[in-house]
Amino acid sequence: MSLWIFTACDSLLDIDPEYTQDAENFFNTKEDFDRAIIGVYDMMQPAYLNIWIGEIASDNSIAGGESVNDTRGLHEIGSMTHGGVNEELRAVMRVNYTGIARANYIFENQNNLDFDGKDLILAEARLMRAYFYFNLIKYFGDMPLIVDKRISINEISSTPRTPKAQVYEQIEIDLRSAIAGLPSTVSVTGRLTSGAGKALLGKVLLYQGKYAEAATVFGELIDNNQGGYALFSDYTTLFYANNQNVAEDVFTIQFSGLQGGDYGCLICLNGNAAVGFHGIRLYNGPLYADGNSYNLPTQDLYDSFADGDSRRDATALNLDEFIAAQPNAEDITYAIGGGGHTGFYNNKYIKRLDERGLPDDDLTSPLNYRAIRWADVLLMAAEAFQKSGNDDRARTELNKVRNRVNMSAINSSGDALYQAILEERRFELSGEGHRFFDLVRTGQAASKISGFVVGKHEVFPIPQVEIDLAGGIWTQNSGY
Amino acid sequence: MKKILLLCFAFALQSGVWAQSSVTGTVTDDSGVPIPGVSILKLRSTVGTVSDLDGKFSINASIGDELQFTFIGFKPQVKPVGSSSEIDVVLEEDLTNLNEIVVIGYGSATKRELTGATSQVKGEAIESMNMPRVDQALQGKIAGVNISTNSGAPGGTSNIRIRGIGTFGDNDPLILVDGVIYDAAGLNALNPNDIESVNVLKDGTAGIYGVRAANGVILIETKKGSLGSKPRLDFNAYYGVQETARKLDLLNAREYAILRNESFAAGGQTLPFNNVNLGEGTNWQDAVFEEAPIQEYNLTMTGGTEKTSYSIGGSYFGQQGIVGGPKANFERYNARINFITEIAPRVKFTNVLLYTREESSGLAQGGIGSVLYNTINAYPTETIRIGDRYSYLDNVNDIINPLAQMENTYNNTFVNKFVGKEEIEYKINSNFTWTGRAGYNFAMVDTKVFNPLVWYGPGKFANSARNANLDPVLVDVGGLEIERGAHVFEARNTFLDYNLETFLNYENKFGEDHRVKGMFGLSLVGNRSEGLNGIGFNIPNNDLNFADISANQAPGGFLNNTGSFQSRQRLTSAFIRGEYDYKQRYFVSAILRRDGSTNFGPNNRIGYFPAISGAWLISDESFFNVKAIDFMKLRTSFGVSGNDQIGLFRYRGLLNGSATYVFNDLIVNGAAIGNTSNPDLKWETTYQTNIGVDFSLLQNIDFTANYFIKNTKDLLFQPDVSALLGSYGPGGSPPVINAGDVLNRGLELELGYGSNRKTGVNFRFDYNITFLKNEVTAVPEGFEFIPGAGFGVGGNVATRFQKGLPIGYFIGYQTDGVFQTAEEIASSLVIQPGAEPGDLRFVDQNGDGVTNFGDDSDRAMIGSPIPDMIMGFNFNVDFRGFDLGANVYAALGQEIIRNYERQQPFANQLAYNIDRWTGPGTSNEVPRLTTGATRNTVFSDFYVEDGSFVRLRNVQLGYTIPKTISQKIGIQYFRFYLAANNLITLTRYQGFDPDVGSGNPLFAGVDNGIYPQARTFMAGLNIKF
Repeated sequence: MSLWIFTACDSLLDIDPEYTQDAENFFNTKEDFDRAIIGVYDMMQPAYLNIWIGEIASDNSIAGGESVNDTRGLHEIGSMTHGGVNEELRAVMRVNYTGIARANYIFENQNNLDFDGKDLILAEARLMRAYFYFNLIKYFGDMPLIVDKRISINEISSTPRTPKAQVYEQIEIDLRSAIAGLPSTVSVTGRLTSGAGKALLGKVLLYQGKYAEAATVFGELIDNNQGGYALFSDYTTLFYANNQNVAEDVFTIQFSGLQGGDYGCLICLNGNAAVGFHGIRLYNGPLYADGNSYNLPTQDLYDSFADGDSRRDATALNLDEFIAAQPNAEDITYAIGGGGHTGFYNNKYIKRLDERGLPDDDLTSPLNYRAIRWADVLLMAAEAFQKSGNDDRARTELNKVRNRVNMSAINSSGDALYQAILEERRFELSGEGHRFFDLVRTGQAASKISGFVVGKHEVFPIPQVEIDLAGGIWTQNSGY
Repeated sequence: MKKILLLCFAFALQSGVWAQSSVTGTVTDDSGVPIPGVSILKLRSTVGTVSDLDGKFSINASIGDELQFTFIGFKPQVKPVGSSSEIDVVLEEDLTNLNEIVVIGYGSATKRELTGATSQVKGEAIESMNMPRVDQALQGKIAGVNISTNSGAPGGTSNIRIRGIGTFGDNDPLILVDGVIYDAAGLNALNPNDIESVNVLKDGTAGIYGVRAANGVILIETKKGSLGSKPRLDFNAYYGVQETARKLDLLNAREYAILRNESFAAGGQTLPFNNVNLGEGTNWQDAVFEEAPIQEYNLTMTGGTEKTSYSIGGSYFGQQGIVGGPKANFERYNARINFITEIAPRVKFTNVLLYTREESSGLAQGGIGSVLYNTINAYPTETIRIGDRYSYLDNVNDIINPLAQMENTYNNTFVNKFVGKEEIEYKINSNFTWTGRAGYNFAMVDTKVFNPLVWYGPGKFANSARNANLDPVLVDVGGLEIERGAHVFEARNTFLDYNLETFLNYENKFGEDHRVKGMFGLSLVGNRSEGLNGIGFNIPNNDLNFADISANQAPGGFLNNTGSFQSRQRLTSAFIRGEYDYKQRYFVSAILRRDGSTNFGPNNRIGYFPAISGAWLISDESFFNVKAIDFMKLRTSFGVSGNDQIGLFRYRGLLNGSATYVFNDLIVNGAAIGNTSNPDLKWETTYQTNIGVDFSLLQNIDFTANYFIKNTKDLLFQPDVSALLGSYGPGGSPPVINAGDVLNRGLELELGYGSNRKTGVNFRFDYNITFLKNEVTAVPEGFEFIPGAGFGVGGNVATRFQKGLPIGYFIGYQTDGVFQTAEEIASSLVIQPGAEPGDLRFVDQNGDGVTNFGDDSDRAMIGSPIPDMIMGFNFNVDFRGFDLGANVYAALGQEIIRNYERQQPFANQLAYNIDRWTGPGTSNEVPRLTTGATRNTVFSDFYVEDGSFVRLRNVQLGYTIPKTISQKIGIQYFRFYLAANNLITLTRYQGFDPDVGSGNPLFAGVDNGIYPQARTFMAGLNIKF
């Protein structure tokens, strides 16, 4: 009798959450897949970490900001004193693994349903998974490889770091498969293309020193140019909001100024967080808007440009010079942050008066981040061709980039040409988060970055807390 | 569902019949004054009555029957019925509390019979504290109960922790007011004057409440009146003025300028001040703190006829903030109807109904962005106003003018709440009583927040306007340029807690020596919440008068937004208790409860919770002949209870994450996992052993001691998890897992002393002390520790949950003075990277010769937020109409993290920086000042302070006009008094208030600039008609 009462009462406990879908009962319609892929795209938006760390770790910029104790992790990276406690590096690791988990969640359920367009979604997921893994390898070296399933909390302490080569293998598999499944052009701005896949594949090959393969991939991308890519004519306005999603965009992460946000969750933003942070502190004047004076270009970068190279001022804003040239110079004010001052500001990703999003507009910039743009493709192609013995083709691609900004053609060959290509990467791509990784992969880091220790600083330390949370089974990167 | 409920609560009923002749008499106290309301029971029957207003009674009894006379505060008496039909009884006053009735859950017991560790506080003791909320009044009143304050703001909440912190998650006890569930925050609705008693079940016997009992149970009874008493009208009122008990010692303008210059010079930067002779400058604290009123008026009518007792009342309470005045406001209106009536022979109906309306408004509190944080860090060289506007404090990006902030804060919350219980108690026969009850706690909470266009200065994060002219920001919505004007947020949320319970009590005596009690019951407890909210933009004229969604002018409604939520939760339970005693000398009691909670998946939905307890009344043994000891009892208990308070559906993986991206320049929404699933999730289990002893000495001293060991296992918590899980995305959260154990051990002592009334001086003294040791005994597999609160802005993790240490202990660098010279650094055996003269010298914990900043190897335990001991002391004396009372509370041995200093070059600083290091030999405590890079701001014991304090929480001096005089104007009792709350605090802590609480145990003791408890001076009166 009493047992029977219990059973009756226990049936009162069978209640489900209302108006929400359950993770274990998803992927039943095409729409479910469509929504899940947006979740993967979402995890590319914390690109601000790349723009900061890729520059601050290099000889291109200093951390800046309000004080040396604000965002300490960036300051430590800037002075090559970073260690296992670093919030920004931890964010890099967590963001990319979350992207991977969201992609794997789709693959885990890919056989639930067949519908037109599924291959396209899977191809997008593969491309982004490759992008996330490539980020992890660039930062940390060997990293655990998890494919096609979500990992449960009990499995973590038995998940070792996977050798880098094996992760690269998976990245290449994913990218080749993605390229086959993606269209070369899309009607919806922001969706990934096969061109983005090819550019990333070429880059991944280049990072591995597979120059001939890289040259093949880049050569095909440039020759067939199914995406209709071209250099944008005016470099000095290339990074203005008006000139977004143009023929130069190959692999671009999209942002919007239409949604607010807060400092408590930078990864939640739909705006580009880097832009407001790069803004000029307490600035009151024309063209630009105030910000947090982060990621300040160095004198060294400014001085490295040849005379007459218009890319210098488009890359590093010489603020005092800019103000002096204004008609009302004496009315223009700004403040210097306690985190350091160089006199220069990142002029590509910077908050401009007419490009602000909703309040807090430090966080809601609509400026897209170009992960790979056409000029980068051309320069990577040049490098791949040069390294695989085709100096002619290398010069051709290099000089396309120089020609756009009316710089004289390079005629050298051999190592001189190689060095010219590497230098050109700095002139063309500074401020975009590539420099540190370029210096490391080309072996120049020790000579360019003060405090750089060979055998240690090529990769960042794995955040200590992540090692602890994985049950201490991972060995820290050497030197840390 | 209705059908199931009927089945769940169906019970067979029985009845019996009897009749006899009548016995009459009068009950008086030892001075001959009649006592109304004395309960008179014919033993071994259900026949009972109460004495009337003149102490007279009449009861059906025959020769040989025994009548028991009981009344609270007097020793019970048993009189046999002889040949006379008239019995007069003189009750002897009981200065000990052995016969007080204690509520123990689905029943009651006298203190004499108790086998569990249960403490009781009487309504009068709560009333006399003059505190806005009952939990505040309980601080220091009960051994083993630690109450800390989250915020001293009006309407602010406390944390009630019974016997330590058992879990990483929800540590709130189960609070039942007349059997109806209240959450800790909901106590705001209750007027402390309405409380009859507070009973706290601390040990394993709380297990009668099963899966909700692991954090202890608080049973609050409200006033119900007593049978056969004359209607009495009570009027209580007080009015007080509050002020801050302390202001921080901050730099004045001159000191600030000197220290800034020094700091900028050390950092190799241009000096900000050419002239440092700036005098005192602005004292932001003086501008922000104000005197604010507090007041309460309370009218109650109680009384009873022979069959009905009642208590009806209404009250108003109002408190404004010492920061913000009317902008930090709390007002409460109460109306209450309680009655108990005999609706049929042996059938008692109880009605409890409380209506509360709360009106409140508040300011941003706690940490960066709060008014006090802005006040502390605003620099004194800036005036409050510049011309006709508030100053901007331009030099510090995230500090805004606190006065401007207060002026622009508009929020209001209105709570309409009905709490009630309907209960039928049917005395089936002399052995069985059946009770059925339904309780409800329904609250409708309306919130409105107006966000005007504001401009706090260039670059301030809190700006909502584009410029100082308050021009709205323009937003591009799909090609349209829209002005984003002032906006208003409105929400209406409803919360319903309900309970349906039925239980059958059995009581019998076999022979003279064997007494048995039993109880079996079923219950369904649940809640249902729903909410709807919306935001309307472009409120006309940026004006509060139009602040309503209906007035919105957002073009096309583009910017407006709506939201909703709903949730429900259920708990089905069956419980049984058996009690037996032999000769009222050996007591044993056993409990078993079966609970099913919707918070867990089908794998682990049902739990069983047993408890057993026993007591031995040694003083009743024939061999016991210590004359001084009137009463001595040994108690022990062991019980298992649970905690299911982890939020809803955490066992499931839900698609409630955020997935948004931008296609075609518009934001598109997708789906992502939010909660990560764990289908095997179960409740936390607490195993508690208690050994206690109760003494009563020399007729007027009570002493109780308890030692407990409380082991909480399978802690429910959401750990910081490995990146590999992929739960770091927007809206994502790690799975809730069962892992980790916590051990709390403690000793509680309670001592009470009351003097004899015959001396003319009445004296009452109560003291309690609790020693507590908290230790994490296991952390989840694969985890070394769980990180907690951060230090500074974006700084290191400062607190942890780690094996072998107390929950939320502080981890950081231990300092060993300040480096005085470069030679000292060079010759130091420990290399401290980047050290310069004037920097803090950190201890090399692992002895590797290097201070490691990159890992944990040199970080150590540098404090714990958990007091080693807490104590409370109450004292009351009255003499010839004068009365004096005091309440002291002390918490000793805990530490506090000073986390309200903005480590920013232009922020103002505490005055201790005047004693900074400026050259060899100048200071060995306070490091140098510089804007350059130093390690002095990493979390170290430099930022940890002794948080011990002793506080005079209430002191009161009253005078009662002699009855002979007051009766002439129809007043039975007229007392007026002066009182002060929070008058004196002894502490070495330099923050606003050492009583720093946090709902999250890992954030306890982290002072982000707490809103301090006010010091209050009050005058009041108590009148009884």
